[in-house]
Parts: sequence; C-alpha cells; structure tokens
Amino acid sequence: MDLMEKLTILTDAAKYDAACTSSGLDRRARPGGLGATMAAGCCHSFSADGRCVTLLKVLMTNACAYDCAYCVNRRSNDVPRAAFTPRELCELTTGFYRRNYIEGLFLSSAVLRDPDYTTERMIAVLRLLREGGFAGYIHAKAIPGADPLLTYRLGLLCDRLSVNIELPSEASLKRLAPDKSKTSILSPMGEIRDGILRSRQELRLFRHAPRFAPAGQSTQMIVGATPESDLHILRLSEGLYRRYRLKRVFYSAYMPVSSSPLLPAPQGFRPPLLREHRLYQADWLLRYYHFRAHELLDEDHPDLDPRLDPKCCWALRHLELFPVEVSRADYELLLRVPGVGVTSARRILAARRAGPLTFEGLKGLGVVLKRAQYFLTCSGRMLPGLSRLSREALLARLTAASPALPPEEAPVQLSLFH
Amino acid sequence: MSHWPQFSYTYDGSFAGFLTCVFESYARRERPVCFVLASDPRLSLWPDRWIETDREKAGRVYRSLSQRMSQAGQRLVVRGFLTCLPEKESRLYELIRLGYRAGPAVLRDLTDPRLAAVAGAVRRLENEAHLFKGFLRFSDQGGVLCARIEPKGRVLPLLRPHFCARYPGEAFLIYDETHREALFHRPGSWCIAPLEELHLEPPGREERDFRQLWRQFYDTVAIQGRENERCRMSHMPKRYWGHMTEFQPPEDGLAAPPQPM
Repeated sequence: MDLMEKLTILTDAAKYDAACTSSGLDRRARPGGLGATMAAGCCHSFSADGRCVTLLKVLMTNACAYDCAYCVNRRSNDVPRAAFTPRELCELTTGFYRRNYIEGLFLSSAVLRDPDYTTERMIAVLRLLREGGFAGYIHAKAIPGADPLLTYRLGLLCDRLSVNIELPSEASLKRLAPDKSKTSILSPMGEIRDGILRSRQELRLFRHAPRFAPAGQSTQMIVGATPESDLHILRLSEGLYRRYRLKRVFYSAYMPVSSSPLLPAPQGFRPPLLREHRLYQADWLLRYYHFRAHELLDEDHPDLDPRLDPKCCWALRHLELFPVEVSRADYELLLRVPGVGVTSARRILAARRAGPLTFEGLKGLGVVLKRAQYFLTCSGRMLPGLSRLSREALLARLTAASPALPPEEAPVQLSLFH
Repeated sequence: MSHWPQFSYTYDGSFAGFLTCVFESYARRERPVCFVLASDPRLSLWPDRWIETDREKAGRVYRSLSQRMSQAGQRLVVRGFLTCLPEKESRLYELIRLGYRAGPAVLRDLTDPRLAAVAGAVRRLENEAHLFKGFLRFSDQGGVLCARIEPKGRVLPLLRPHFCARYPGEAFLIYDETHREALFHRPGSWCIAPLEELHLEPPGREERDFRQLWRQFYDTVAIQGRENERCRMSHMPKRYWGHMTEFQPPEDGLAAPPQPM
C-alpha cells in the first residue's frame, strides 16, 4: 500500500473528529529547528464543508478492537484498514509543515490490540518528530483505558491532549459504545487535569521543568445520535469546563455512518447542523460572556431555539434589563447585549472615555447594530424611529433579520414563550 | 496652523521620505495637502515642492511620535503607511498633527473620522497578514522555499517575524507580486528588497509528490454531508485561492486513488 492510499484511508477515518484548533500556546523554534506555535492559532485552509484545516488530522491506524455503533472505524464495519509507520507519518508532517500547509499534527488512533499498545505506538511517532527538532503544534488523543504513565509520557511530547467524551450521557454510552464507560473516560481527563496543574506549578519553580500538555485539554461529543436535550449537554459542558478545566468542548453533529437499529436511520437523516451551531453559540456564551447554563435554558425550555441565537433568546426573556445605556453600562452588561461581542464591548469602553457616543459613532467603532439597536440607548435615546417594542414585536423583527431557515429545520411550535 | 500656505509635496515613496515631509512641513510652516510620488506623472494645482529624504530628520520625527503620541501611536503610523488606504499620506499627516496637539488620548477617540480611517485600514492590513500566515504556500526549489502572494497591503514586514521564528533553519523567500518586493531569509539574516520579477523552475519529483498528497488530504478531509460553500468563502475569500496548492491542477506525480466510499 503506498503513502497516498494510506493517507486517503486514514484521513477519511479521522475527518469526523470535530476538533481542529492549534491555539493556546506561544512557542518559538529552537535555533536550527523547525516550527513554532502561536497562541491565537492559525487556520491554513478551509475545506469544502467550511471547517478549518489547521492540523494534519489523521489516524495512526483505523484497525479498531472496539465496536462503537456511531463510529466509522468500528470493528464490524467493512472498510479498508491501514496504518502509518512512525517514519512515514514523521516525513509527511515535516514535509507539509515546511511548505506551510499545516500548523502541526493531530494524531488520533483506533484502538489497535489494546489501549496501552496503541498509546505506545503514538508515543513512538511523537518522539521521532520531536527528536528531529519539530516544534510545531501537536494535538494527541489520549486513549481511555491506557496506563496513566503512558498517557503522561504522551502529554510530555504533545501540546494539547484530548479524551473524547463521545456521547452526552452514560446511558447512551452503554447502549452505543459497550467497550467504553463514563469512568473510563473521565478518569484520564482528571489525570490530565492534575498533570497540567502539577506541570504549571513546577514551571513556576524551575524554568526547564517538563511541560505537560501546555495548551490544555479538550474533548468532543456527538450531538443528535442520542436523545439528550440541549440543557443536558450545556450542563455537562459547564461541568467539564469548571471541574476538568477544559479549554474547549467540541460538538459534532452526528453523520449517518452506520445502519445500527440503535441510531437514527441513515435514509432521510439530516445531520443537525443548526443545532450544533446553536450549541457552539451557547458554548461561547459560557466561556467568554460569563453566562451560566441555567440562565440560557431550564427544565421548561430544555432546547435552544432554532430561530434565534441563545443570547437574543435570553435578552427577550429579560427585557426588564434593556435598553442599556452605552455610556454607563459596565462591561458585563454590555456583553449581554445581543450583537455586542468582546471586541465591540472593549471598543465602547475605550471610546466613551473620549466623549459621548452616538449611534453613528457606534457604527464607526464597528459595532453591528442589526440586533443591538433594539437593546441600546445613546445619551438616553433609542435609535430615531425605534420605540420600545413588545416582546412579540421584537421577536418578529429579530427573526426577520436573521436568514430564513429551510422548511425542514423550521421549528414545529413556539418553544420560547408559553 | 490653518493659515499655513498649502503645498503639494513630492517625495520618493519611502517611509523615511514621508517622515521627512512631516519634518519639512513644520520647519517651513507649510501645509502639505497632497503627497505625490516622484514617479507619478500627474500635475497638481498647488505649488510643488520636492522633498529630499533625510534619514536624520526622519529619525527625529519617528522618535517624536512615540514621545508625543505613545508607542501605540507610533506603531499605528508605521503600520498605517503599509496599508493600501487611498491617500494614506494625507490621512496619516492629519493624524500626526492631531496627535502632536492632543497627545496619546487621540488613540482613544475611535469615533474621530481621522483616527477611524487609519485604524480601520491598519486593522484590515493586520487581518490580511494574519490570513497570509496560514494561506501562504511554499514550494521547495532545490532546498530554498519559495512563495508568491498577492496582498492588498504591504504585509511582508508583518509576516517577517512570524516566518523567521518558524523556519529559523531554512532558506526561504516570499515574493509580493502586488508591490514587487520580496522577503529573503537564510539562517541568521533576512532582508526585504524590491524585486521586479520572480522566475521559478518547474517543481521536482519530491515537491510534486507532496503537492499531490496535500491536495488529496484536502479533498478527503471535507465531509460530503456538510458541504457549505458560503462558509468556506467567508473564511477564505477567493482572492487568496490563486496561489494555494490545493486549488491548483495536479501535475504528473503520484496518481490519485479513487475516493473511498
């Protein structure tokens, strides 16, 4: 089997993993070495599905011992199998990296024989790369069930580690992934968190202490294959961010790759892309906008509204806080205004020190008023021509401003208000 | 100041030349209303003055920028000069005058049109440079990495620290087709110099293989069920595609195997 064929098979097998980031770490190459990383990350291309391509995302091998129903690489699936040798993968990575095709390597693997053996093979690849002077970004998947010491050694060689939580609840996991369990996934996550904290502590004392997963850890879960509500998923993410100090939780809309009776039938199934999008929006609100999961959703409204983004929905339920006066509102409150993001809020803070702000001035700052105009006042006045609107009128205007939904994704009934 | 006589300044187009213009305008108590390059054949209605670039005078103005307008102000002027903003010199001149009068506070008033124009252009320049950090593609030409780009602004000075830190052991060159200049790097030294034309040899065997492998990876990694052309184009506008390996037709190298199901 030649390299081209292997690359095709192993890329095809890895592409359903949503995580593709190269952020969280600044590092320069050593003299004569190759590679650096930047904290903001860097997208090198965008594939036809609009997702960023930043790392060479491949599997070490797709020959798997497990039989998880939702996965393309399950043992019972009839697909061609292949495996990279460490040298091949190393040459491919440095060859691509030199030409500025990629930011580094995303190494995952199917479970070949057992988790320990798989992790050892991954360590072999990363060691070969690092010993050759490669200082680019490496994201490695920790294999649940591997010896903690092996996972630790893997973490010393890579920048980001991740363990996939796969499905949002234990019951779904038991049904679809009989070889995995909640504890087998969460225990390596805890070990990685402790390793990162310990490594930070040591680095404070000794400059050359070994760096364990310096860009943190992340995880991903599949959305839409199992019946969990958005509230359940957001609570889970919030818990992961808080308890396991994750950098990111990725959501991956389930793609029909299997005809198992436990999963939605592949015929006529549309991946829940809009739901995935809304979950990411809510996830951003948790991480950068100081929102909590229970503010966005509750037991009566367990799912995100497909018609409007979660922040708009929240604002419509809390109209008593609006409109907000741009010249007085604090940063926290500005962040809660629909249409105002971190950049806009910071610019408003800077600009209002120099003088009173007008709506024209806000436009000049780059604040997009499409949604924000309904929730802001400048010097006590709303935008000329706009008066305070009722909740229903606002909802109608806001949904009219957002692009129309395709009919099959349109909501069946109003879920926002009784 | 408004009663200073109006002039049209002709200079050599360099940053030092522009700073000399600022110096001369204050020294001669003249108000330059338009800046013309020496190569520009257009005539203007204002009396013309040829400004000879003087590095010492330019240095004085350059230092004064950080003293009067803060480091951030100095940086804004430097980057502003690299942008493709129409009539950038007059806009920068206005900003500098404002800065000399109002001090560092000038950078806070983002609603002032004089600042907003320059700050917006600098933001676009920095965004463009950031995109090129990812979208630029090298090809190996006998051990030297070569890349072509076609940017709107002069991004090479912004790309320089990034690529020099990333490939400290490589010899590489990045050619800016729009402004006909190139960044040359070899281990330990670099320079940015004008270059009229760049001729490249046809790629060797190994280079062709890597290109083909990359195209194959790029095509395979997309999920068919989620195709979203608009999303791709908003993240990666088509004007960047021209020099990107993944959008170029295959040369003869490794044959691409059929797509897996």
